[in-house]
Amino acid sequence: MTRINVTVDGVSYSDEVEPRTLLVQYLREGLGKTGTVVGCDTSNCGACTVHLDGTSVKSCNVLAVQADGHEVTTIEGLAENGELHPVQQAFHECHALQCGYCTPGMIMQACDVLKNNPDPSEQEIREGLEGNLCRCTGYHNIVKAVQQAAGAMSSSSSQAVSS
Amino acid sequence: MIPAQFDYVAPGSVEEAVAALAEHGDEAKVLAGGQSLLPILRMRLNAPGVVIDLGRIPELQGVTEDGDHLVIGAMTTYAAVLASEAVSTHAALLSKAIATVADPQIRHRGTVGGALVHADPAGDVGAPALALGAELVIAGSGGSTRTVAAEDFFEDLFTTAVGEGELLTQIRIPKHTGWGAHYEKFVRVSHQWSIVGVAATVRSEGGSIAEARVGLTNMGSTPLRAKAVEEALVGQPATDEAVRAAVASVAEGTNPPSDLNGDADYRKHLATVLTRRAVLAAAGA
Repeated sequence: MTRINVTVDGVSYSDEVEPRTLLVQYLREGLGKTGTVVGCDTSNCGACTVHLDGTSVKSCNVLAVQADGHEVTTIEGLAENGELHPVQQAFHECHALQCGYCTPGMIMQACDVLKNNPDPSEQEIREGLEGNLCRCTGYHNIVKAVQQAAGAMSSSSSQAVSS
Repeated sequence: MIPAQFDYVAPGSVEEAVAALAEHGDEAKVLAGGQSLLPILRMRLNAPGVVIDLGRIPELQGVTEDGDHLVIGAMTTYAAVLASEAVSTHAALLSKAIATVADPQIRHRGTVGGALVHADPAGDVGAPALALGAELVIAGSGGSTRTVAAEDFFEDLFTTAVGEGELLTQIRIPKHTGWGAHYEKFVRVSHQWSIVGVAATVRSEGGSIAEARVGLTNMGSTPLRAKAVEEALVGQPATDEAVRAAVASVAEGTNPPSDLNGDADYRKHLATVLTRRAVLAAAGA
């Protein structure tokens, strides 16, 4: 067993883990953060995407011990004070999900895309979500949601600047 | 599935890492970015007794300049290479190829050194490293280092010159400042391995090709350099007709695999088409 100290969704944890524990397993089984899901066994699908020190990673492809001393944000840490994150809100409004299984990873990756490029083109959104699979073929509304979120986030940040 | 049990070591320096390799011998597996190794461990295609994580060795990370060379630490992530102005200025071919690797999440974690030592013939880093004439710095026991040219580095499928107890530490790339570059990759679906890829970089002079370097991905058990094509391109105008003729023989002497994505003849045809496209794009035509 190896001791790790990790901050997850703003809360510090110190735990003993087996070195073979995947980060996603630690999040789900260790911390009960089942908002992050496991979709595949091959690191293809992106459903388990979380942010590690602010950048997106597939948490089935990172060991929990590698996260020692680092900060993790999951889908459960996005909403603030009961208010959905603009990307979550846009997924809701644009009906950007059917079964919803890919949604946590899609939203986390969409946040990463918008962090690096606040005004992406449709092509840039599709390329940015290249590592996230939706098997309901719902990409169309997912792209629309990311576009809507980009608009909402830029207008709220320009309001913040002007106020 | 989760990996079989292993012990975990996270050395803080290259010296400690080499010592750990010496201590654990062939029980040990080196973990770089983990984007190939972790799926292998999860599928239990490999079950090492000890995993040596290089992620806590600062000296293995980052891009620096050393005169007419770029020096890329083996643990530099794809994302860090893509963010490096030095790489896009002096080794544009490497940036262009790495931009096509897998997907954004994997590019945040995967490393240049990890990809080179993993040596998957369908990986996208070997061909540009070969075309750019990279030199690979390998650390061994007792603080020793040796440097291997890229053309001697790749030995076979998943096999490189990095021997037992050794560690790749740096990738040294001669600067190709002002050279145009393009990586043309053919895949059926997004974020998959190259069916065939072609890395081309060209120095142009007055509308014609003064020098060219061409590397091939997945056209054999290792990345390949197309030296005869490079020579045939010298002095040619960057026109479709001239480049088409100069690259016509690019598949000669290659030994690509046949699999569900395509048979060897199909790959040889693809290599010819993709090389023409890559060279024309690199020449700005």
